[in-house]
Amino acid sequence: MVSANTELTYNSKIEGEVIVSRADAVINWIRSNSMWPMPMGLACCAIELMAVAASRFDIARFGAEVMRFSPKQSDVMIVSGTVTYKMSAAVRRIYDQMADPKWVIAMGACASTGGMYRSYAVLQGVDRILPVDVYVSGCPPRPEALLDALIRLQEKVKREPSAGKLLSA
Amino acid sequence: MSAPDAIRALKARWSGATDRATLDHPALNVPAADLPAVLRSLKEEHGFDMLVDVSGVDWAEGAVPRFTVVYHVMSTSAHDYVRIAADCPDAAAPEVPTVTGLWPGADWHEREAFDMFGIRFKGHPDLRRILMWDGYPHFPLRKDFPLSGVPTELPDAEVVAETRTGAIAAPMAGGPFVASPGEINMTEAEPRAKDESWTERRPKPGA
Repeated sequence: MVSANTELTYNSKIEGEVIVSRADAVINWIRSNSMWPMPMGLACCAIELMAVAASRFDIARFGAEVMRFSPKQSDVMIVSGTVTYKMSAAVRRIYDQMADPKWVIAMGACASTGGMYRSYAVLQGVDRILPVDVYVSGCPPRPEALLDALIRLQEKVKREPSAGKLLSA
Repeated sequence: MSAPDAIRALKARWSGATDRATLDHPALNVPAADLPAVLRSLKEEHGFDMLVDVSGVDWAEGAVPRFTVVYHVMSTSAHDYVRIAADCPDAAAPEVPTVTGLWPGADWHEREAFDMFGIRFKGHPDLRRILMWDGYPHFPLRKDFPLSGVPTELPDAEVVAETRTGAIAAPMAGGPFVASPGEINMTEAEPRAKDESWTERRPKPGA
């Protein structure tokens, strides 16, 4: 007779307070569930970024509510808005000050491609100066779209070979 | 004093001042050399105490005069506007006297006119670019400057070395998207590309 297995989760009496897992899984789990954003709010997309952090959309559900205005404490730069050529050097320098590992979300049409600003003054896509991980379409994107981008970035982080990178670094 | 009275008084005093075609407020053309005196008179004798705007006009390459500076002045007691325009005598090095001594607020307006048109304001205390970065070699609102821009070095040498990028001529993708009177019904149609035969892959004919 087969008895029903009621042990659905970790049981310290059986496992002996030991969890077996892969280092990648543990590191990526920690990283992806606590991504502190560097809010690079440069134009109207920043208003939607504020809405994402506010109560209705609540980015805290995904562990990214700690907007850090110091690049040294942040993990993901959310470039929300139009990057002018005059501003581009400052954006790159702030990115350079972020500690590894670090990621970039290009939020909205302007940050992704220059958007409607086919102009002498506007950087035609922030990927010309930064390695972008996730692009968000929209002008501006809905807050849900940014949350979706964050979830996609978390999925991307969970696939990274973090332990190997740490050992080879 | 109302704007038409002020205009009459200015024309009586400066023989070089002539009526300027206008659709709204009274306007005068004055020689560039008379500009500070005319504006000082407007401010101190006629009560036009507020400088609303300083802007520039580039009429075209080869036009005479090529550059015009336009001042919008308001009277806070009469609630009326006057527009004063002065042609820059030299198209190659356009220059007019500054009015920052009359209105400190003219400072940034004149810096913007210098940044966009290259019009120099003689006597300005700090005539630097205000929108584009220091060292930018062009004047973007001049008629001979393309809307998409021209390839230019970025200001920060370290960032340029790291990213190996610069200001590019923006891909226009069929644009500029403008609505011209007479071509389409402006109230119903959206702005269209003037010439949709060219994109970033196929260069504009004659470019």
